[in-house]
Amino acid sequence: MPEPRRASLPPLLWPLAALALLLCFNFLFTPGFFSVEFRDGRLVGTLIDILNHSSKVAIVAVGMTLVIATGGVDLSVGAVVAICGAVAATLAQRAPMPVIVLAALGAGLAAGLCNGLLVTRLRLQPIVATLVLMVAGRGVAQLITDGLIITFERPALVAVANRSLLALPIPVWIAVGIAALAAAFTRRTAAGMLIEAVGDNDRACRYSGVNESRLRLGVYAFCGLCAGVAGLIECSYIKAADANNAGLFLELDAILAAIIGGTALAGGRFSIAGSLTGALLIQALTKTMYMHDVSADVAPLPKGLAVLAVCILQAPRVKTSLARWAGGRA
Amino acid sequence: MKRTPHARHLPLLVTASLVLLVFIAGALVYPRFASFGVVRNLMVDNAFLAVAAVGATFVILSGAIDLSIGSVMAFTSILLATLIEQHGWHPLAAIAFAVIVGGAFGLAQGLIIQAFELPAFLVTLAGMFIARGGAFLVHPQSLGIKHPFVADVLNERLSLVLPVGPHGVTIPLLVDIALLAIAAAAVVLSFTRLGRNVYAVGDHEQGAMLMGLNIRATRLSVFTISGLCSALAGVVFTLYQQSGDPAACKGLELDAIAAVVIGGTLLRGGIGSVLGSSLGVLLLGLIQTIVTFQGNLNSWWTKIVVGFLVLAFVALQRRFTR
Repeated sequence: MPEPRRASLPPLLWPLAALALLLCFNFLFTPGFFSVEFRDGRLVGTLIDILNHSSKVAIVAVGMTLVIATGGVDLSVGAVVAICGAVAATLAQRAPMPVIVLAALGAGLAAGLCNGLLVTRLRLQPIVATLVLMVAGRGVAQLITDGLIITFERPALVAVANRSLLALPIPVWIAVGIAALAAAFTRRTAAGMLIEAVGDNDRACRYSGVNESRLRLGVYAFCGLCAGVAGLIECSYIKAADANNAGLFLELDAILAAIIGGTALAGGRFSIAGSLTGALLIQALTKTMYMHDVSADVAPLPKGLAVLAVCILQAPRVKTSLARWAGGRA
Repeated sequence: MKRTPHARHLPLLVTASLVLLVFIAGALVYPRFASFGVVRNLMVDNAFLAVAAVGATFVILSGAIDLSIGSVMAFTSILLATLIEQHGWHPLAAIAFAVIVGGAFGLAQGLIIQAFELPAFLVTLAGMFIARGGAFLVHPQSLGIKHPFVADVLNERLSLVLPVGPHGVTIPLLVDIALLAIAAAAVVLSFTRLGRNVYAVGDHEQGAMLMGLNIRATRLSVFTISGLCSALAGVVFTLYQQSGDPAACKGLELDAIAAVVIGGTLLRGGIGSVLGSSLGVLLLGLIQTIVTFQGNLNSWWTKIVVGFLVLAFVALQRRFTR
């Protein structure tokens, strides 16, 4: 259904408005939310915490955004985080640092390629293809760690998530870097447009000579790589690999971040800046709940309600009527 | 779509033969494997998964998916325990109430999916969050059930003692519940209008709509049935554990979906059966039993084997439904 262009609202408007609303709420009701200090060469405060903890979701969300833009979804990122964390932790005490990093990222890339091949070669639905790794992945991670929680004391590896660079925690820089790279690659070249084209109508794409198989394979591999980076950060942060709980529910957060950011679930449209805002919003919401004594166990309840609200607002049917309403007034 | 009747039943046959094969292999390798006790435990330990898989079969047959199963089970289990232990409800009343709550939850998910045309996996993902958080809101820790009715009547007196083996084999009520659920679902799917509508909607939604079938009602029923089954599975789980636990059954929906797929149901919808799903549950249980019998195998091999089985079955089905 063709829509008049002027009637569509700017995509970043909703997530930014929600984030602003949440910050206003905290400004009024959460004492000390905005206090930021400069201590030992780094910034310390709730806001910095939020930035730091949202970076993991943000990194995975960048990969997820591109996958969703092709009309797919990757349910296995949580399990891949567990695998990569397990790889890094197992090597932590005995291999040189570059080997650890390369092995963890390699594992992520391999997992992503695996998903991509299932989708492109076997032509499985993305939900099914990535479900396989979602089920088997934690088993693989357990196998690597032999069912134990592996702890390590490797200063260089621990530094990745626990040290600061230019006053901000390193994961924040990694997230910004990956997002900037992905944004530059997709928007400065034709890649972004082609990804959206595949998500919009893959058959038309194939007929017009786009190698959609390779493109899809690429985005799943990239998503796996992003999960690998997140796995490295997670295991560095807790100084251990926990195959059961590492990256648990991360796929949900990443999908949620992408959708909040205005990436269409059916594919065909994406916004990396939006996904970053989405990741920030999720973490800010979580932090706000913790600061208001909502227990970590109950927290999924309001989060789930928020997901539903956002999804309903983004639903095509609601969106058209909202846009018509906004267009009618303009 | 070209599809011979033979090819249609092939995955089911493969599953049945796999179940037999794995059992025979286990019996040959491990001396005490082929015993009534092992078979009984297989049924008792997997009863709740079987009930959950029944609900998942309905949803998947209709071409959708429900990711909230495990959380709804946990919610039901802790709700039951709290109602019985802290609010003095009679267990039967509590069970009825909990099952109705589960059905209402499923219906609500279906309504949202319908009304806003949202993908099922997304709405049920949110449902998974909500039910899990809700479970912890009801009671933050696991809670043992000491009500005499549950221990004496539901778990002891209503057990069936089969006169086989040296001491007889006790089949507890929860296995009967699972078998009844499977039988009822099989009847609904094979002999009722609703059952045929589920297959039709899953096979070709537009075709079903053009034929004048009520797609809306079918979808709503399917999600309600899945909610009811999840809640019933939660009840069975609670009887099995004799306690309610808000942290229980994490990721159980994946096991249920895996069982459904291994049982020969097409994840795209339209083809499959409850019988197949039950065989799938049995196969998962057998693999788990073998891993336990082997002793030196890391129990996580189960997950890896299940992942590969799912992959193999999905690939097999693609080959035979084209």
